[in-house]
Amino acid sequence: MKPENITILIVDDDQDYLFQLQAKVRQFGFNTITADGQREAERLIEKVKPDLAIVDLMMEKEDSGFILCYKIKKKYPDVPIIIATGVAAETGIAFDIHDESNRQWIKADRFLEKGIRSELLKEEIFKLLSLTTKE
Amino acid sequence: MSILKILVVDDEPGIRSGVTRILRNFRVDYPFMEEPIEFEVMEAPTGEAGITIIETNIPDILLLDNKLPGIQGIEVLEYIKKKKKDIIVVMITSYASLELAVKATSDGAYDFIPKPFTPQELKSSIENITKRVFLKKMTNKLQDAGKKIRFTFLSILSHELKAPLNAIEGYLKMTKERQLGPNLEDYDGIIDRSLDRIRGMRNLILDLLDLTRVESGKAKRNMADVDLLKVARTAIDTMRPYAIQREVDIELQGVAPLILQADEEEIEIIFNNLVSNAIKYNKEGGTVACNIHKNEGCMIIQVEDSGIGMSQNDIEKIFDDFVRIKNEDTKNISGSGLGLSIVKKLVDNYSGKIEVTSAPGQGSIFKVIIPINQPCL
Ligand SMILES: Nc1ncnc2c1ncn2[C@@H]1O[C@H](COP(=O)(O)OP(=O)(O)OP(=O)(O)O)[C@@H](O)[C@H]1O
Ligand SMILES: [Mg+2]
Repeated sequence: MKPENITILIVDDDQDYLFQLQAKVRQFGFNTITADGQREAERLIEKVKPDLAIVDLMMEKEDSGFILCYKIKKKYPDVPIIIATGVAAETGIAFDIHDESNRQWIKADRFLEKGIRSELLKEEIFKLLSLTTKE
Repeated sequence: MSILKILVVDDEPGIRSGVTRILRNFRVDYPFMEEPIEFEVMEAPTGEAGITIIETNIPDILLLDNKLPGIQGIEVLEYIKKKKKDIIVVMITSYASLELAVKATSDGAYDFIPKPFTPQELKSSIENITKRVFLKKMTNKLQDAGKKIRFTFLSILSHELKAPLNAIEGYLKMTKERQLGPNLEDYDGIIDRSLDRIRGMRNLILDLLDLTRVESGKAKRNMADVDLLKVARTAIDTMRPYAIQREVDIELQGVAPLILQADEEEIEIIFNNLVSNAIKYNKEGGTVACNIHKNEGCMIIQVEDSGIGMSQNDIEKIFDDFVRIKNEDTKNISGSGLGLSIVKKLVDNYSGKIEVTSAPGQGSIFKVIIPINQPCL
């Protein structure tokens, strides 16, 4: 599969972050669809199946990202999900995905810092989609 | 979380053993979970025996017959409701008493299974409930976790300050790299957004200054006779351009003299926040009515708006630091979520209280009540 045939769902309630992330992901060559919160994202996935989702952690509620993640996985178990979060850095408390008890209920494939560099983000997306960066 | 406990309360031994048998090897699998859920069934022949079990070994799910020899199923349900036990109750009833089952559902039962039931009916009902229990536990767990990261003031503050910085930085980078092409006009949108975020940040800093004022300096308080109408008028005049822009009409009612022993700046902060919220969370063409009067030794400052309102649930939260209600109506409104928490702290200093009356779409009334002759500490 080529990036231009791949659709990435981006969900964030900070409209500026959403816009900027969308621009980045488009630059990588992917198609994007966006939602400004858990609720809109839930509506969207009823109609479209994305190939990958990038979800903000704290939206309507502080756990919106998890709930959304759960719902996406339930509907599309094979869609990889990245949770983007600013929480870890600010609070020093991460929802550690490697912690066994958390793994049971958090089904995200990756946790990424919101301020992550473009190249790193690109690399993670390609990895999750099993694409090679060298075209 | 891999075993759920089910209690069957039914006087027919056949039903009890049937449930036990059907669920013994039953599992619910869930894509979200690492391992499937299994069931442990407990049995009780009477409501009384059921309650004893609930007291010692609380089940997740209760399958409850209504017609029992001693107390009735409905009474067990009431007991659970009264004791606020976290149990999902499913009534088992014969078709004849469906009506009762419907009543039970309105009394807090989650579902009902008509009797006699096939193994498949029982299983699919249990499967649905299991999913619900699972979701509920998960949300509880998240809330527990949420408490831990619910967040020290400074950590939220740094988050709130960092978010606009990130946004602005992102836009500057886009501009620097000419990501939107060579035309300067194409950057207008992101420049406006950057300015918006800067404005938000400035407001946050102003709120913080108010907050430090409240928290640091009783010594600096400057108590004097404050003319509330004058302060209100100033606040309204300052906010007027904003109101005009939002097409909101403001009026002030009150019969002079309305004098309160207070620190004038603090009273200003109270008015500014209440009036700015009343404009900000209003609808186009809406109104704000500010009313000040005396009642039973108290000064009452009331700010009423015809705006978006909020739910009871929201009302309980809005006075906490950094709390903003996020929904469709508030989506495009920015703020720091500190305004009301500052107001609350100030009003507390005057031994006063704040009452809120509101409902979604119905406007809001904020009522600040301050005792007039309270010796202010
Ligand atoms: N008059 C009102 N009508 C409807 N909702 C309101 C009203 N006043 C406050 N709220 C809700 O309460 C929340 C908290 O209000 P608060 O004044 O503390 O913060 P803010 O207005 O978001 O930010 P700021 O610190 O800039 O005032 C708001 O985000 C809004 O959702
Ligand atoms: Mg406010």
